[in-house]
Amino acid sequence: MKEKTFLQNHLLGIEHLSVSDIGTILETAEAFIEISTREVKKVPALKGKTVVNLFFENSTRTRSSFEIAAKRLSADLINFNSSVSSLKKGETLKDTVLTLEAMNPHIIVIRHSASGSPHYLTTFARSSIINAGDGFHEHPTQALLDALTIQQRLKTLRKLKIAIVGDILHSRVARSNIILHQKLGNEIALIGPPSLVPREFEKMGAQVYSDIRRGVKGADVVMMLRVQEERGAKNYFPSIREYRNLFAINRDIFSLAKKTAILMHPGPINRDVEIETSMADSPQSAILEQVTNGIAVRMAVLYLLKGDIHETLN
Amino acid sequence: MKLLIKNGRLVDPVGAVDRTMDILIENGKFKEIARSIKKSSGCPTLNAQGLIVAPGFIDMHTHLREPGQENKESIESGSRAAVHGGFTAIACMANTEPVNDNRSVTEYIIARAKQVGLVNIFPIAAVSKGQLGENLVEMADLVEGGAVAFSDDGHCVMKADLIRKALEYASMLDVPIIEHPEDHSISAEGQVNEGFISYRYGLRGILKAAEEVIVARDLILQERIQSRLHLTHISTAGSVELIRNARRAKTPVSADATPHHLLLNETLIQSYNPVYKVKPPLRTEADRLELIRGLQDGTIDCIASDHAPHTRDDKDKEFEYAPFGVIGLESTFAVIHDRLVRSGLLSVTRLVELLSSNPARVLGLKDRGRVKPGFPADLTIFDPKRRFKIEEKDFRSKANNCPFLGWEGQGAIEHTIVAGNMVFSRKNRV
Repeated sequence: MKEKTFLQNHLLGIEHLSVSDIGTILETAEAFIEISTREVKKVPALKGKTVVNLFFENSTRTRSSFEIAAKRLSADLINFNSSVSSLKKGETLKDTVLTLEAMNPHIIVIRHSASGSPHYLTTFARSSIINAGDGFHEHPTQALLDALTIQQRLKTLRKLKIAIVGDILHSRVARSNIILHQKLGNEIALIGPPSLVPREFEKMGAQVYSDIRRGVKGADVVMMLRVQEERGAKNYFPSIREYRNLFAINRDIFSLAKKTAILMHPGPINRDVEIETSMADSPQSAILEQVTNGIAVRMAVLYLLKGDIHETLN
Repeated sequence: MKLLIKNGRLVDPVGAVDRTMDILIENGKFKEIARSIKKSSGCPTLNAQGLIVAPGFIDMHTHLREPGQENKESIESGSRAAVHGGFTAIACMANTEPVNDNRSVTEYIIARAKQVGLVNIFPIAAVSKGQLGENLVEMADLVEGGAVAFSDDGHCVMKADLIRKALEYASMLDVPIIEHPEDHSISAEGQVNEGFISYRYGLRGILKAAEEVIVARDLILQERIQSRLHLTHISTAGSVELIRNARRAKTPVSADATPHHLLLNETLIQSYNPVYKVKPPLRTEADRLELIRGLQDGTIDCIASDHAPHTRDDKDKEFEYAPFGVIGLESTFAVIHDRLVRSGLLSVTRLVELLSSNPARVLGLKDRGRVKPGFPADLTIFDPKRRFKIEEKDFRSKANNCPFLGWEGQGAIEHTIVAGNMVFSRKNRV
């Protein structure tokens, strides 16, 4: 494995990564993919390191993905479950983190409903902080695993048209992907009702469409977002029925994208809401590869932040 | 009790004075203002050479938190902060616990202010009982008890019918209604100015329209009612334009802006530092510049601090969970003087209008805001050249949620005089 050139102490967002950082993470992740195919899926790169999964929002896939990633690198991992946590007893986030830090972890992976919470942690915490999703802000490992998936399928990350469909306003996945593909110079189309896709997103280097056909046309990648009812997204359009009629992806609309186009979704998917069920299971769908790649990307991030450069993959 | 202030540059916009004058104070009132007043034996004398002497500054929008939230601020700590910042009078908002919606709370605040005895405190009572926006408070009784204005402040009066009745009823008492213009159905759970920055950083937005629709609504009502309407902490270029047009149409209205909206913009929230979380939110640079034009052309009458103290723990949180508000009593003069007066955007005379004579006029404090024989001897004396640095260690306020911490510049309060008493002196002596 090559020497680390990755100089970040935290992973707070795609915002703080250079194109070269993104390349380093993806290359490292590619190297880690192989480990997950072995009979013994474990390397000692993070042996003796402690990772805390600090999740204040419900999450199955991201939390398990970080857990598996840490364990395959031989790190010790503890899950801090907010539902049984001291937060219910009125403890502040700061006190919770200071308490955990008194146990000397190396990395804290945080998911929190308030945007900027990981940034707040860096103002007082000593550990490396990984943002596993903060409010509507960023979800950097998701955008990185999406990028790895695109690269695998399309053999390039350049000169692409990325169409993202749905609740852009409340989506951290969308933001991280927009920032990442803007850095890579790709064309970005954001599609949804104007109440969920404000025009100002054009200042982030994207095109905004309320007609899914126009937006998807010629796309290399179509990313569907979940309708986040728990974030009150439903008040932004009249009904799920009307939303489905206007913004769900089906074969007919997907055929407007390039022949080689792939369909992605960060999950969990709502079948027959934003995605026609047969599309989710089609060969064009890369949804399950995204999940698989999530582990490699998270291994790469954990390794690059705290891995021992003298440990090799073998 | 006498005090003679010699050789200071007196800036008194209402009296159209801007020249070196001596001022004699006797028994808490201005006795004589003249080119030269002879020292008499036994009369304490203050040499104000090189200093600017202004009618006492008045902050017409302060939160003192007492009664009820004395862990954030108290009438005593707020009074100390006020005089440290050069204010001789402050008007305190009604969102205490209990709400200042009845005479007993107003009288309590006034009694506590007298016990502390540092600064004039003028309570602003709520417009509606409990600031719930449903029923008017007993305005006449409150005025008799000492309330000088009515405001539901952060709980903007959402029912147009209620604000109409409040304006109409208050006209009988000749007191202002102070509106915090915010349509809560638009601002809802918003955290920061809605626009590119809020979208980019994933924070819920507060549209400028949340302010402007209430400004427009109130101005339309006021056009007919012709009562006294004051719009506080105006933050958008659109609001400035609405007020400017209303003034042209001779609709009676006054307005204030805060130092933070005049000197800071929304880009600061990219740090997610809750010290920049305030209502209305910090807006765009274009809004900020239009507010300054509003100060220059007379559209905006006053600068008010909206001093909103919170405990350190309150503000040491995730951005979304931290409360809105910044403190300003101890930084307002310094930052405004340095950034707007020294830079040439405002004259010293305009500064004194904005901080003293206009707030006195808006609040109906008829014997304040000017230096005139017989008026209470409230003076703010500052050194326009002395360097300052805003530092937490100097704060008399219990709070530290000041967005100007670390700012440096020129212009420092030397003496604050209330009713002839030196209640603050930089060097702690007369």
